[in-house]
Amino acid sequence: MERVPILKIGGVLLVSIQIDLQDQSVLALQEDLAEKISSTGAHGVVIDISAVEIVDSFIGRMFATIASISRLFDADTVVVGMRPAVAITLVELGLTLGGVRTALDLERGMKILGQLGRGRDA
Amino acid sequence: MPPRSDGPEQIPIDADDDVVRVRQLVRTYAQQTKLSLVDQTKLVTAASELARNTLIYGGGGFARVEEVSDGRRAGVRASFHDEGPGIPDLTLALADGWSSGSGLGLGLSGARRLVDQFDLDTEVGRGTVVTVTKWKR
Amino acid sequence: MTDAGDAQRLTELLRANADSLIDRWVGEVASLLRGRATRTELEADFREFFAALLPLVGNDGKDTGAPEFAEIRSLTEEYSRARVRAGFTPSETASSVFSLKREVFALTENENDPELFRQVMVFSGLLDALGLLTFEFYARARDEIIREQSEQLLELTTPVVKIWEGVLAVPLVGTLDSARTQVVMEKLLEALVETGSEHAIIDITGVFAVDTQVAQHLLKTVVAARLMGAECIVSGIRPQIAQTIVALGIEFGDIMTKASLADALRYALRRDGVDLVHREVR
Repeated sequence: MERVPILKIGGVLLVSIQIDLQDQSVLALQEDLAEKISSTGAHGVVIDISAVEIVDSFIGRMFATIASISRLFDADTVVVGMRPAVAITLVELGLTLGGVRTALDLERGMKILGQLGRGRDA
Repeated sequence: MPPRSDGPEQIPIDADDDVVRVRQLVRTYAQQTKLSLVDQTKLVTAASELARNTLIYGGGGFARVEEVSDGRRAGVRASFHDEGPGIPDLTLALADGWSSGSGLGLGLSGARRLVDQFDLDTEVGRGTVVTVTKWKR
Repeated sequence: MTDAGDAQRLTELLRANADSLIDRWVGEVASLLRGRATRTELEADFREFFAALLPLVGNDGKDTGAPEFAEIRSLTEEYSRARVRAGFTPSETASSVFSLKREVFALTENENDPELFRQVMVFSGLLDALGLLTFEFYARARDEIIREQSEQLLELTTPVVKIWEGVLAVPLVGTLDSARTQVVMEKLLEALVETGSEHAIIDITGVFAVDTQVAQHLLKTVVAARLMGAECIVSGIRPQIAQTIVALGIEFGDIMTKASLADALRYALRRDGVDLVHREVR
């Protein structure tokens, strides 16, 4: 099973998914992220899925789960780079990702986290 | 890019990474048949849901993928076979939000919305076969 | 069916008089088409056609799908397609083939040979079959053109335009059907990624009717755009359409709607931190 690497950039954890995710990798990523947020005290998580060709209900549910876990550690989650075909399919599938924040690309995702982070410190 | 496949192809679904292989095989066929990108994505996503069902609820089985034609247009057909416990209440299983295992319960009903044709053949104690088809627009 | 050996006499006659025959054939068709095709063009086409036709003399043309017809079929198809594109009518196209018949009759009418007469009748049947074939290819080519044009029209009538940095607009006009809405929506989502725009305005001022399916596609697009990190604003809902939407019980939910395209643009800009101010004009 392949593991998805997690990078730390300042106070943000970056997860860039470059592989065809199997369910075990999804579960492992959730665990690794919980571990990493707690150990680094990161204030945000960016999940870059611009290379992901399909998101089924299992992967889609992961985004919501990661967002919920992050929230417990007072961190925000942004999913960036979802492809149009993937978005259309998710809507048809009936999955809305419930409250997970999204952005067009990595740069905008980081900007959103920056704004949210400032709001928290104030 | 995997080599071109002619005729039906069958692969086992016995482990977690087989689901990924099913997705890749279905994508190969969808690309060969020149489905639009959105239709490819819908079909592969449906296949992913159904292959996971075969693995989790059916206790494993196999998938069969083939290029089909109804005389007017080409399409891709994928079927998922298991010899598991079968589905006792179909109406319930096809309703949104129902699930007897893990997942959001979007598996069957969600997959049905993503394809053009959806056939379900199930018998309690014998197993289940789900066949889906996506036609070229 | 007769084989080519039976028609030796006619074949010889045709071969011996090929140049003058083709010349008169070209002349007749050229005058028929009144200068819309040059003699040079016609001559090149007809020479090729004539050469492919000679081995078929003696064949009654009842089965033009047979392998020996492969070459003449493809020539006929090419000729018919070119005629469709050039705007000729189906009759004008078929007449080109039938005209040859008249020239062949003229060539043989003074020969007092019953066998030759029989051969000419068979040949006449062959040309009839080929003439009908031009109709078939003509119709097929025209169907293709119509299909192409309707696709182009779809592209033309549904442009995705960038109206400001980060703001796209799709003005929808006319009757929306489910297939068209789907195409437009896919195009819009693609354009959001390509241009890196966070706002899209779907303007339906020019739309006369919305049914449940179309409304569903609009809704799904808005939700899909949101998943991608962009926001859609629907503008220009006519009063009748507003009534339909309410009557159909379609839930527009938390979708941003604005009365006009201008309102929608102002809203998008404000969200992007752009304020528009009136400058004192002197």
